[in-house]
Amino acid sequence: MPDSTFLDSTELVLNMGPQHPSTHGVLRVILKLDGEKILGTDCVIGYLHRGVEKIAENRTWAQFNPYVDRMDYVASVSNGLGYCLAVEKLLNMEAPPRAQVVRVILTELNRIASHLVWLGTHALDIGAITPVFYCFREREEALNIFEKYCGARLTTHAFRIGGLQYDTYEGFEQDVKAFCDMFPPKVDEYEALLTGNRIWKGRLTNVGVLTADECKEYGVTGPLLRAAGVKWDLRKAQPYSGYEKYDFEIPIRQNGDTFDRYIVRMQEMRQAVRIIRQAVENIPEGPIMGKVAKVIKPPVGEAYVSIEAPKGELGYYVVSDGSTQPYRVRVRPPSFVNLQALDRMVRGGLVADIVAVIGTLDIVLGEVDR
Amino acid sequence: MSGGKIFRKIFLVDLFQGLAVTFRNQNPKYIVTEQYPAERPKVAERYRGAPRLNNNPDNGETLCIACNLCALACPENLIVVGSERNEQTRRKELTTFTYDLSRCMFCGLCEDACPVDALELTQDFELASYSRPGMIWDRQMLEEGPRPKQYKC
Repeated sequence: MPDSTFLDSTELVLNMGPQHPSTHGVLRVILKLDGEKILGTDCVIGYLHRGVEKIAENRTWAQFNPYVDRMDYVASVSNGLGYCLAVEKLLNMEAPPRAQVVRVILTELNRIASHLVWLGTHALDIGAITPVFYCFREREEALNIFEKYCGARLTTHAFRIGGLQYDTYEGFEQDVKAFCDMFPPKVDEYEALLTGNRIWKGRLTNVGVLTADECKEYGVTGPLLRAAGVKWDLRKAQPYSGYEKYDFEIPIRQNGDTFDRYIVRMQEMRQAVRIIRQAVENIPEGPIMGKVAKVIKPPVGEAYVSIEAPKGELGYYVVSDGSTQPYRVRVRPPSFVNLQALDRMVRGGLVADIVAVIGTLDIVLGEVDR
Repeated sequence: MSGGKIFRKIFLVDLFQGLAVTFRNQNPKYIVTEQYPAERPKVAERYRGAPRLNNNPDNGETLCIACNLCALACPENLIVVGSERNEQTRRKELTTFTYDLSRCMFCGLCEDACPVDALELTQDFELASYSRPGMIWDRQMLEEGPRPKQYKC
């Protein structure tokens, strides 16, 4: 870090968090400041460490499933999908078509719910208090569908290895369609509140710029990468769970600043509605659970499956030694990898920008610390 | 800068656009707040809340066959099933059933494992207790269910 530039100023070390409301959890950022200018940051993580990967080694394959919901708890359905797909790959089987379509619907609903939490809290950090109420109102509709489908709202445990435990409830299609009709006008409302707003633009434009090359160096994925102009979405690049059947676009922007990431995520919500519409139109009939033994004993081997979670590439690396318990479960969480880029994004900026940048990273500390 | 842009900038068009949204949402039909203790929310049919040990409605005997599958399915090992063999009928009979709710994450695996639908997660969601031992439910509590005090305003 360079020394302070002015003779009469001294470097100030400031602790942001772990109790700061804008760190979205228990992240502690040690800021080195020269007046308003950030000379460097240091992230201290681990306040929410629960040893999820170690817990996996003491649970059976099916028993570990509810724990993955508790990593990225605002997108628990995506987490469950990633884990189930990884174990299914190990078992060398696929979920039945009906289960795959229902999985896509719920995962995309969860993507919307996750982006709504991001939008609400991000705007709240910047100083716009109104969007958070509207976002949470619409998120409630998505969570109600989860509650009716599987009985839980946040940590859903919606999927099981091999398919689904619960079939769709009566009126599931109507509920999802009603959501699809209700939601796009609401996105227009958020855009009317924020996109053109001069304060919003002023706080976000050219803040926390991350170019495409830097994204690749840091391994940053998800909306951050797409806002930098890289057309990379695992749903298109290596389709899973039948995503190749749906027609949707990957929204990209070129500048890679906070405003572009906002636009990309807003577009992603619209695309998610498009996928849900296509999926709910033709849910095939048939079984919801594949042929899986009551006690799951995968053959000796290893498998890596990554999916496009709302926050980026979410990977599960599972190793089996042929017993009823995983030998190792390693998670590649998007939030943890994306958080690395924080220092690069805020260094040289102003102290007020760090709140915007943490907001745009869309981190969930449950996933960072695991 | 074009004329339209200058107009938008001077007359704060962007801010009024946002305000219009806020005013539209003042409409009482958009009020979604639940007045919780007075108005009780109706949770979904499949809601995974307080566990219950079901009795046979005809004779009041427990449906549980003490097979211990729920205890084996539980990721947190919080279920303890006590049983003893009835010498006359040569069948296992349930004696005690302990469910530690403080460690429960309501994943529903016990419910899925139960072969006779004896153990069930119900729609009761008010599970607070003044003490830690109060979170450990015995067989009687599981059969009767929680009886939260209902407040009226």
